[in-house]
Amino acid sequence: MNYSQFFSMIPEVSLLAIFVAILIFDLVATGRYRRMFHAMVCLLIIPHVYVCMEFGGKEQTLFGGMYYTNSMIALMKAMLTFGSALVILQAHRWLRSTHTYYKQGEFYILLLSTLVGMYFMLSARHFLLFYIGMELASLPLACLVAFDKYRHHSAEAGIKYVLTSMFASAAMLYGISFLYGTTGTLYFDDMIAGITGSPMQIFAMVMFFSGLGFKISLVPFHLWTADSYQGAPTVVTAYLSVISKGAAVFTLFTILTKVFAPMTAQWQLMLYILIVASITIANLFAIKQTNLKRFMAFSSISQAGYIMLAVIGGTAQGMSSMVYYILVYIVANLAVFGIIETIEHAKEGEIVRDDCNGLYKTNPRLSLLMTLALFSLAGIPPFAGFFSKFFVFMSAFDAGFIVLVFIALINTVISLYYYLLIVKAMYITPNDNPIPHVKCDLFARISLGACLLGIILLGICSFVYIGIDKLTF
Amino acid sequence: MEFSIFILAIPILSFLILGLCGMKMPHKAAGLLGTTAIATVAILSYIAAAIYFGAGRNDEGLFPTLIPYALQWLPLGNTLSIEMGIMLDPISIMMLIVITTVSLMVHIYSLGYMKGERGFQRYYAFLSLFTFSMLGLVVATNIFQMYVFWELVGVSSYLLIGFYYTKPAAIAASKKAFIVTRFADLFFLIGILIYGYYTETFSFTPTELLLSSAATVLPTALGLMFIGGAGKSAMFPLHIWLPDAMEGPTPVSALIHAATMVVAGVYLVARMFPLFIAYAPEVLHMIAYVGAFTALYAAIVACVQTDIKRVLAFSTISQIAFMMVALGVSLSDDPHKGGLGYMASMFHLFTHAMFKGLLFLGAGAIIHAVHSNEKSHMGGLRKYMPVTHITFLIACLAIAGIPPFAGFFSKDEILAACYNYSPAMGIFMSFVAALTAFYMFRLYYLIFWGKSHYEEELALYTAGKTTHEPHKPHEAPATMTTPLIILAIITCVAGFIPFGKFISSNGHAYDIHIDAAVATTSILLAVAGIVIATIMYAKGDSKITQAINSSMKNIINAAYHRFYMDELWLFVTKKIIFNCISRPIAWFDRHIIDGAMDMLAIVTQKLGNYVRPMQSGNVQSYSVWFLGGALIIILTLIYFA
Repeated sequence: MNYSQFFSMIPEVSLLAIFVAILIFDLVATGRYRRMFHAMVCLLIIPHVYVCMEFGGKEQTLFGGMYYTNSMIALMKAMLTFGSALVILQAHRWLRSTHTYYKQGEFYILLLSTLVGMYFMLSARHFLLFYIGMELASLPLACLVAFDKYRHHSAEAGIKYVLTSMFASAAMLYGISFLYGTTGTLYFDDMIAGITGSPMQIFAMVMFFSGLGFKISLVPFHLWTADSYQGAPTVVTAYLSVISKGAAVFTLFTILTKVFAPMTAQWQLMLYILIVASITIANLFAIKQTNLKRFMAFSSISQAGYIMLAVIGGTAQGMSSMVYYILVYIVANLAVFGIIETIEHAKEGEIVRDDCNGLYKTNPRLSLLMTLALFSLAGIPPFAGFFSKFFVFMSAFDAGFIVLVFIALINTVISLYYYLLIVKAMYITPNDNPIPHVKCDLFARISLGACLLGIILLGICSFVYIGIDKLTF
Repeated sequence: MEFSIFILAIPILSFLILGLCGMKMPHKAAGLLGTTAIATVAILSYIAAAIYFGAGRNDEGLFPTLIPYALQWLPLGNTLSIEMGIMLDPISIMMLIVITTVSLMVHIYSLGYMKGERGFQRYYAFLSLFTFSMLGLVVATNIFQMYVFWELVGVSSYLLIGFYYTKPAAIAASKKAFIVTRFADLFFLIGILIYGYYTETFSFTPTELLLSSAATVLPTALGLMFIGGAGKSAMFPLHIWLPDAMEGPTPVSALIHAATMVVAGVYLVARMFPLFIAYAPEVLHMIAYVGAFTALYAAIVACVQTDIKRVLAFSTISQIAFMMVALGVSLSDDPHKGGLGYMASMFHLFTHAMFKGLLFLGAGAIIHAVHSNEKSHMGGLRKYMPVTHITFLIACLAIAGIPPFAGFFSKDEILAACYNYSPAMGIFMSFVAALTAFYMFRLYYLIFWGKSHYEEELALYTAGKTTHEPHKPHEAPATMTTPLIILAIITCVAGFIPFGKFISSNGHAYDIHIDAAVATTSILLAVAGIVIATIMYAKGDSKITQAINSSMKNIINAAYHRFYMDELWLFVTKKIIFNCISRPIAWFDRHIIDGAMDMLAIVTQKLGNYVRPMQSGNVQSYSVWFLGGALIIILTLIYFA
């Protein structure tokens, strides 16, 4: 075995280096050095975005075909790292609170280990490596969800997450074992030759898919979402809703097009059903929610449905529109969660929609950003969300799914309604005792500022999309 | 030419800075910031022009078209995409000079004119936005980019007309301007879409192959685009918004509604000129007739208006119509074979921007001095405002077409092009030119000669008949007179620019030569117009004037009311469109569309209740759903896929 291959995986290795640095720092640093902990982590993780982009982009296959990377995968890794950096930035205030202060280091380590897992999910070209990556990305998340373990909700959310996760994982392994049984290999490249679309393989594919469907939280694998999102600490919810989902969607796209290419008709039908179910059912639930985090959980399920529209065509155009959608979704969703986190701190409790009443009077800037982020999620031009939806719809339309696009469009109207409910609460509904003015700390400001820039510029500066479109896949 | 990006970047930055932090700045700082920004842009434009024309012609004898920036903005499908970029060619360079020069003058002038106004910073922010949009429009590399900036121009015009947002008239005017031009833009957009769909590109210069496949629809597309241009350039019958737009601050009228935005339509036709000539000459000639009628109509109306800004507004409509006519009478793209009109039109656009800007700024100085737009409050002002008087006179001579002022040269080329097209068109336009001289000098005499309103009021006051002490008119401050003087100088010398050397219909150099017969006729007609105006108005209301007025009472009354065009539009919209189209649509919307939406909402709510049990909070049941869902999908796939 050639060990130098390990060092060719630059993003993974450098992330591990950061990981080890944090571990050591956590052990040795005391007193006033500890106060610099957060700043140090941010300073380590932000340059890593650049490292992923710059050094991870060389197309290469390692470990006898188990590991593969190219510029699109490198971009995806960089985007996930960028999103994680935004989440970490937002976490500062929460990490300083008395219940979490002493285990600050654990948060970073758990979070970064899931990130490593996602890197391997993206780069895996072998089902076992993929499965290990997937587990690495799931199990620490359960710890993170239950991070506020003294809060009943958080512990409950953690246990629900871990139980469902195990269930999904088992289903997935079951699927993989059937695939192995019918094709005799676990390499993606070899397996395609053995895929015939027999009922056994259909069974295997759906079982396998349900494991990823759990991570993406597509209906009917979504039921953990609302409970876990609500109970988890807000930064963790933010992480769950964009980063973990983004990695899973990308992997799903790869596997469906690379491994299950002979079964395109089958998985297109499957996705068709799941997209319609996800978007519609999530919208039905979202309208009824008053708890903001629960609401965002259903919003994220319906957004997952929209992302799947890019997958269903299985084309290169779908790939670039999907990556672009994830990027836009990262900034818009993290803006919303960043704001929820901020005002949660002021209210010291869970945020329901009525808490937003009259927010504009006391927190005009936060309200404005929230409005822009919600507009972007709803897909109103000229914000980035409009363009991302546009490209996703276009890719599905070009692939011939006209009725599906039409159903999705109707659902966009419904989603506009519930996003605007929050905007209405902030600006119009009168309230004598709105949440008092909150001052963001520096880290949250940087994060929210980056989100704001992303929401406004990602759409107008079209070269972002065109740049993604030019990358090889 | 890479620096050309700054021509766009600086105004938008200035807009962002003034718009975001303007309210925290003192007035003076905001004004100076805006002015400095636009001064820089003006200098950059002059440098760009010097480099561009200095580089000389290429081997084919043309000035090369430069595209320093072009990037794909929005891919639509496989072949069609929207691009954004900068294109420099002779006419866009010429427009850059016009826009930045007039804009700079207006910026300086406004420092004095708008001093102490509420929202001073907002005003400068909007001016920057407008300048940015207009510059973006002229350097557009393709028709879609032009459309984007075209709409931005419309928005900034709307914002500036409604600048005094507490004044109901201003709000109404801004809405009117926006709605009318937007209505016209709808046709423009349809034209663009047809064009893009059939030629598979938004470029101004598609390849012959693409064009030939779209040859049959090109006249329709170009005609629809012209309607958009007619809206912005206030061609009859879409001109109704321009006179009302005078509710905005006067410098804005000078910038937007005289020199730059309103010629966007002319610019559009000039941009598409090669296509018009090659594929739709009949549409081009239609434009000429529309233009000729508009020119006459606006000139007649201008003769009887009493509000000086309205006179100038109608004069603008008439002069823009001259430019349209000049484009429309072109017979080929060779200036020696009937293509003279293109050059003449661009030349007139250039000179008109200068002297009309001057007229408006002069009018602003007068309004600043007497605090009224009405001619009855003026008269005899030449003693009190010498600088304004002289510069205004120069502009009047220029627009009347008296040599050696700029207007003579450009108008002479237009008339020559008209005679070349058909003698009837030439005679018609010469007559309109004579009318122009008449109404401009009527305005001039009413403002600066005759009995002074101030002296009359003063006499009444000293005699004790009124208690209100009249306000003595005074010359404007230096910030306002300097732009007047600069523009006056340009007006004096601009006619001698060998314009054909830079811009002509086919790009080759063309020597302007004055056609003696046309020139003599037009000078004689202009002098005749001036003489009549002198007899009638130089000494206040003379007996002849009253006699003429009473004998032509009906016509004058009708013309004063702009031949009831506004009323006609109101009738058409309120009585016909509202009742026959809008009400049924409103009913449909309220009962069918809203009803369907309500139903959707009710169904959604109901379904929401039904699916609720799914989310029980019970992990065991989650697993059941999970597995059950997977099994259903498996069965579906096995049996249906």
